[in-house]
Amino acid sequence: MRRIVIVIASTISGLVLLFSYHTSTNRAGTTAAATGGAQPGVVPSAPDPSSPSSPLPNGGPSGSDRVVNGAPVSIEWGIVQVQITVRNGKIIQARTLQAPDENGHSLFVNQEALPVLDREAVSAQSARIDAVSGASETSQGYAQSLQSAIDTAHLS
Amino acid sequence: MSDRRAWVARIMGMPISVHVRGPEVGRNQDVAARVERVFAELRRMDALFSTYRPDSEVSRLNRHELTLAECDPLVREVIDLCERAAQATDGYFDAWLPDGRWDPSGVVKGWAVENAARLLADLPGHDYYLNAAGDIALDAGGSGWRIGIEDPTDRGQVLGVLVAQRGGIATSGTAARGAHVRNPHTDTTATGLLSVTVAGASLTWADVYATAAFARGAAALDWLRTLTGWQAVVVDATGEVSWC
Repeated sequence: MRRIVIVIASTISGLVLLFSYHTSTNRAGTTAAATGGAQPGVVPSAPDPSSPSSPLPNGGPSGSDRVVNGAPVSIEWGIVQVQITVRNGKIIQARTLQAPDENGHSLFVNQEALPVLDREAVSAQSARIDAVSGASETSQGYAQSLQSAIDTAHLS
Repeated sequence: MSDRRAWVARIMGMPISVHVRGPEVGRNQDVAARVERVFAELRRMDALFSTYRPDSEVSRLNRHELTLAECDPLVREVIDLCERAAQATDGYFDAWLPDGRWDPSGVVKGWAVENAARLLADLPGHDYYLNAAGDIALDAGGSGWRIGIEDPTDRGQVLGVLVAQRGGIATSGTAARGAHVRNPHTDTTATGLLSVTVAGASLTWADVYATAAFARGAAALDWLRTLTGWQAVVVDATGEVSWC
């Protein structure tokens, strides 16, 4: 299987992040209108260096990093919102801004509270793609495509 | 994984991948038979609609060797679909070439795949998807299917993942075949974008909207935002990615 790198580039006008995450009930999230939490979109200043967070690869955030708050995602038992730091078009850090507690109330958090979600956002190896949609392919193009690698893995 | 199996065939000049997920699917003769019916149905659609085949009904219709009344009723159905698609897209989806020939290629792939996929719909307890060179029709329970959106600037990478349970995903773009989508309003080839991916309840309409959005070029993102219930990913000529 080819290495797959997830690259999510942000735009000034805002960003909608679509995530799948594994919870005990194994449900997928759907996007919902923001009902609170941090404003979605690009965060004007660098992340607060005093807030607890995992060490970033290549050192701390630099001035060229773009920090983006995802739209709050409504899941069955509350709201999840993730903040990502993008450097050169790659996500180098993901933090959970708010996540529900067991009673369904959203909490604001400074640390990754849903490690499965965050790791999937950053780590290419756990992307677990089932299929790939790309522009029309020639027969030669198919042989080099991700879809052909996925097909080959399941032919028997 | 014994609960998932893939079949691949080359039809309509492109690779068609069928994936089915369910208990012991590799040994389920019902599933294997259905998949063969899916391929047979796609071959039948290719014989009717392919503009690359001089003996297809569409080619013969365009040469006036057949009247519409003499064609398979599905030809009339696709003509009607093309007319509705033109209305829904301000004419940016346009199946009629300047010389009067009808070319339904922009929609017939998605339409044929969506219809053929229905042959798998009543397999109890099974999830499936059909991928025809990037146009995907799917149905899955539970956590759905995870569909990577191919990076048009690097086909070994994905831009992100759409998680889908039912419907269709279509991508229109230049990544593999060069600038091949015509802007019908200017009759030039649309080169303003690298790719447009549209996802929603129907692969047929995802295909229509992706084709029309690509033909719009730079104005595509604003137009796609007006389509309630549809999600899209646009990659512009500089490689910048926008989601809506």
